[in-house]
Amino acid sequence: MDSIDRAIINQLQGGFPICEHPYQVMADQFGITESDLIQRLEQMLEKKQLSRFGPMYHAERLGGGLSLCAMSIPDDEFDHVVDQVNSFPEVAHNYARDHELNMWFVLATETPERIDSVLEEIEQATGYQVYNMPKQHEFYVGLKFEV
Amino acid sequence: MTENRDNTLDELDRKIVVATQSGLPLVPEPYQAVAEEVGTTADDVMARMQKMLESEVIRRIGAVPNHYTLGFRGNGMSVWDVPDEKVMELGEKIGALDFVSHAYQRPRHQPIWNYNLFAMVHGKDRAEVMVKADAIAELLGEDNRGHEVLFSTKILKKTGLRIKSK
Repeated sequence: MDSIDRAIINQLQGGFPICEHPYQVMADQFGITESDLIQRLEQMLEKKQLSRFGPMYHAERLGGGLSLCAMSIPDDEFDHVVDQVNSFPEVAHNYARDHELNMWFVLATETPERIDSVLEEIEQATGYQVYNMPKQHEFYVGLKFEV
Repeated sequence: MTENRDNTLDELDRKIVVATQSGLPLVPEPYQAVAEEVGTTADDVMARMQKMLESEVIRRIGAVPNHYTLGFRGNGMSVWDVPDEKVMELGEKIGALDFVSHAYQRPRHQPIWNYNLFAMVHGKDRAEVMVKADAIAELLGEDNRGHEVLFSTKILKKTGLRIKSK
């Protein structure tokens, strides 16, 4: 990764233009050609230095439901419960964490009302309680990741 | 539709969301490419996406860096028990720190979970994350009634958020 790649990551976390030739507009700012910028983005995506490039949608404003949920699962049951929980298509991300609450997943549903019913289904399928932790407020953090 | 805050999406808007949620085409005229996919003009796609930006259906358009592959191997979920009546003020302060990428107020579940403020902290490794968590603790002072940093030990599933086409 060279200084131009770093500049792309640092400066392109938002504000990508909506116009006919947006890559050309940004390439001019970086002092490179349009095809060079496109190629660099392709490569950074391929190397997974970027997880994606494009519009980031706000799940709740798309009309969907979103919540963070946690469960406390005994070690010898863990793998089995992971399979049960992950089998729900509404479970978007799931992480093991080092805590008594050792499973943390994000639930994304087509409607906000579906969150509660999916939680209940997960509790019924697994036999374990699900702690629902929907965000009550999101604090502004800005764009500040720098490489 | 006279209000930008109106978030109602029609069918074509949803098609645009579906066509772009995994990424914007990496071609010289990306909005034209999206337009061809959903069956409209580039001008229409651009106008609709501009409106979604203004109503914050789209948070932003750009690159999403992968902390982990970019050398930030320590990613800790720091969680804090602060007085409910001060959580807004304290959350703003923590969100402003340059090593915090997300900050949320969430409900407690006592007795197993006493924390009402979450902040994702990123560092080169776990030790750096812990140093940064100490900096948050210092900032909170006596309003910090307890905290922990939870590290992920394994990714069990990661599919991203997807809406379906109708």
